[in-house]
Amino acid sequence: MDIVVDKFTRRYGAQRAVDNITFTVKTGEVLGFLGPNGAGKTTTMKAITTFLAPSSGDIMVGPYSVRENPDEVRRLTGYLPETNPLYPEMPVIDYLKFVARIYGIPDKKIPEKIYEMIEVCGLGAEKHKKIGELSKGYKQRVGLAQALIHDPSVLILDEPTSGLDPNQIVEIRELIKRIGREKTVILSSHILAEVEATCDRILIINKGKIVADGSANELRKRAQGKEVLHACIEDADPDQVFAALRELSSIEVVDFLKGKQNYYEIQSRANQSSRRDVFRLCCEKNWFLTEITPLETKLEDVFRELTMN
Amino acid sequence: MKVWVIATRELGSFFDSLMAYIMLVAFLGFSGFFTWLTGADVFFIRQANLQVFFGIAYWTLFFFIPALTMRLLAEENRTGTIEMLLTKPISDWQVVIGKFLSVMLLILIALALTLPYYITVANLGPIDHGATITGYLGLILMSAAYVSIGLFASSISNNQIVAFLLALLISIFFHIIFEVLSYSFTGSIGSILSYLSLSGHFDSISRGVIDSKDVIYFISIAFMGLVSTEAVITRRNAV
Repeated sequence: MDIVVDKFTRRYGAQRAVDNITFTVKTGEVLGFLGPNGAGKTTTMKAITTFLAPSSGDIMVGPYSVRENPDEVRRLTGYLPETNPLYPEMPVIDYLKFVARIYGIPDKKIPEKIYEMIEVCGLGAEKHKKIGELSKGYKQRVGLAQALIHDPSVLILDEPTSGLDPNQIVEIRELIKRIGREKTVILSSHILAEVEATCDRILIINKGKIVADGSANELRKRAQGKEVLHACIEDADPDQVFAALRELSSIEVVDFLKGKQNYYEIQSRANQSSRRDVFRLCCEKNWFLTEITPLETKLEDVFRELTMN
Repeated sequence: MKVWVIATRELGSFFDSLMAYIMLVAFLGFSGFFTWLTGADVFFIRQANLQVFFGIAYWTLFFFIPALTMRLLAEENRTGTIEMLLTKPISDWQVVIGKFLSVMLLILIALALTLPYYITVANLGPIDHGATITGYLGLILMSAAYVSIGLFASSISNNQIVAFLLALLISIFFHIIFEVLSYSFTGSIGSILSYLSLSGHFDSISRGVIDSKDVIYFISIAFMGLVSTEAVITRRNAV
């Protein structure tokens, strides 16, 4: 079930928290929602889940609009809010039963569904405790279980792995990936590695506007532009190497790498690769090329470049 | 159906948190003590009726209801569970009515537990069954009015104490202040204030007179409270 966000704007007073954003998420796609604090991620998610109404524009979940048929949208959507609010005085099973009944799951099917959720979310050992007695990681699992219990087509997760230990993070990521194969998932996170690991597509928003949209690789390529290499050339006079490298037509800038002997940083001209030329040069001069490493732009750098002004 | 799911969850959490037991014990304790043991009790007035009990319950419910309603929405606002709830396929109205019903159910349980008083008094002498039934009806109607006021107070705050005090503050106008003020005014202001006062309406019902004017009075306060609560919940989307 596709999610279509169409010219969505949400104002708080005079301030535009989200300003005229448009994007589509397709079935089977896991979309990572990135942005600095206050960029409008949570507001957008609250609007998709019908908690907040759009100030203007519309959001469609499948054939239903959040304005016209909020009830249908809610039925199709599972939502884990950022703060993972739960009723601490309720036992886990009672809580899941309550949620299942609100979703209108027939009474006969409820025990089966609860059992399934306890399995899927790994709540077995803690199922009889009160929610308030659980550790943060287990509370997060209860939050996921309540979002999944009615088998939603669309899953909205606001920072699903916050507060979890590394093992749990891996488990939850696997879970999200598995769910993401047949459902439409939007998740937000501050952890870029996580988004890269779980999401097919990344959407970066800043100050309420979309600043980047694409897969992790696409974003990196777009931000990178020019190829940068680190090369180590031995058995030669550094100054000679430096001069010779500068002569090469595919190379724009050459620099010594600080603190490392015989290392050079080479920046190629736009849309050219200088790796072959460097290799040929070394062969010709009988220099010993021990290392040549293309530098990858990290997603962190892309993120910073797009969201810092 | 979904209203019922909300109502039973709330009722369950009253019992889980001991609130329900405390309320029941305190309510039965106070009303039993003053009805049977001390002051102008049943034996003192030497009449086989429950007027004494209704007079006591009129005050105990006034204090207990804000304590029961204070948590209903204020706690949901504070912990953010309201967001979880309102993104489920359930309308704002269903949430409001469900919560309202949960407290009404608890009060009905409390009143049902006072039926032994009725049976005892009925054995002591010729009781006016009609007046007793309308007395209970009066308590139920009054509770509906105060529960809806308490629910409204709870909806606008995320602090239970604030919700409690605000509910008492609003209720005390209906409970006594309008009546006291009405003595000081003559003419139309006086009669408006006297109409707004809850005690007059309660007295006439608990004496056995069911006047549509009184019933409409209670139901309109309850209705106003619920409408305002719903408006507050929906306010998040007012831009």
